[in-house]
Amino acid sequence: MGEVIVVTSGKGGVGKTTTAANMGTGLALKGKSVVLVDADIGLRNLDVVMGLENRIVYDLVDVVEGVCRLRQALIKDKRYPNLYLLPAAQTKDKNAVNPEQMQKLTGDLTEEFDYVILDCPAGIEQGFKNAIAGANKAIVVTTPEVSAVRDADRIIGLLESSGLRNPMLIINRIKMEMVKRGDMMNIDDMIDILAIDLLGVVPDDDLIVVSTNKGEPVIALEQSLAGQAYRNIVRRLTGEDVPFMNLQSEDGFFAKVAKLFGLNKKR
Amino acid sequence: MDFFKLFGRSGSSKDIAKERLKLVLIHDRANVSPQFLEMIKGELIKVISDYMEIDEAGLEVKLTRTKREIDDSTVPALVANIPIKRMKDKGKF
Repeated sequence: MGEVIVVTSGKGGVGKTTTAANMGTGLALKGKSVVLVDADIGLRNLDVVMGLENRIVYDLVDVVEGVCRLRQALIKDKRYPNLYLLPAAQTKDKNAVNPEQMQKLTGDLTEEFDYVILDCPAGIEQGFKNAIAGANKAIVVTTPEVSAVRDADRIIGLLESSGLRNPMLIINRIKMEMVKRGDMMNIDDMIDILAIDLLGVVPDDDLIVVSTNKGEPVIALEQSLAGQAYRNIVRRLTGEDVPFMNLQSEDGFFAKVAKLFGLNKKR
Repeated sequence: MDFFKLFGRSGSSKDIAKERLKLVLIHDRANVSPQFLEMIKGELIKVISDYMEIDEAGLEVKLTRTKREIDDSTVPALVANIPIKRMKDKGKF
């Protein structure tokens, strides 16, 4: 039986889809069988982020409504071993499926895959309820901004009251030079406020935009800092104990790279 | 544009963010509106005024967080700061 992980955030635009895409790809690169499920019905995007948008025939709603078999709707990503995508419907809305149907769907998927990764829509309404219905693990993505952290806090409360205990946090798009001069909340600030376990910290990285432009997950890029952060997250997910990249210390990996790129201006 | 210069150098903006977040989350978590707090405040004044004369303008009722003694978990707490002007005779025994 596979694990069903929902990637959620409350607020939109914090990097749920990018996180789901990179986690899925990373797990597949580690030899796991993975299916990425786009639960954002009506606003699908996991397909374009993965570069698989031209291969969609059937979607999640078709499967739920019995228009096609589950196998027929799964798109195999030929670049990676054992990575599949189940795209969302684009022309329907979130009420096209209900939580019971999602539970059944994720249940069926766990029989075939080691990991089922659900990309949750923004918000706390029907789409959110659908996405978390079949999950047995939750990952909350936030950025170091008051709006995103506030929404993350709300989502954590909703997850816990829905029985998804101990969600894990990914802090996305942290800018080391802003943290250094005290103009961006640091990791400790956010852990202190949200009081959940940290799964990873992903630095702001232009290569995310470049890789998304191309439809290639950044985790496969050796030189990318964000890619490195995602590789660490995947290793932690599979039970490895990986230390967090050092953001604060001058001798840390980040500082060295920052110096390399001339970001490390003393103030 | 340098926002840092724009807003002056007093206190880092992340500390402001953190403080504001902490406050707003107390209300979010307890699901309490400012109107609700005003209601409690009104009721408190009504009850206490029978026994003592209080400074209504200086009365402060807020929700905050505190650690529970039994398991150290953080729980919301209602804190009322009520300045007393004078005890009324009714309150003395």
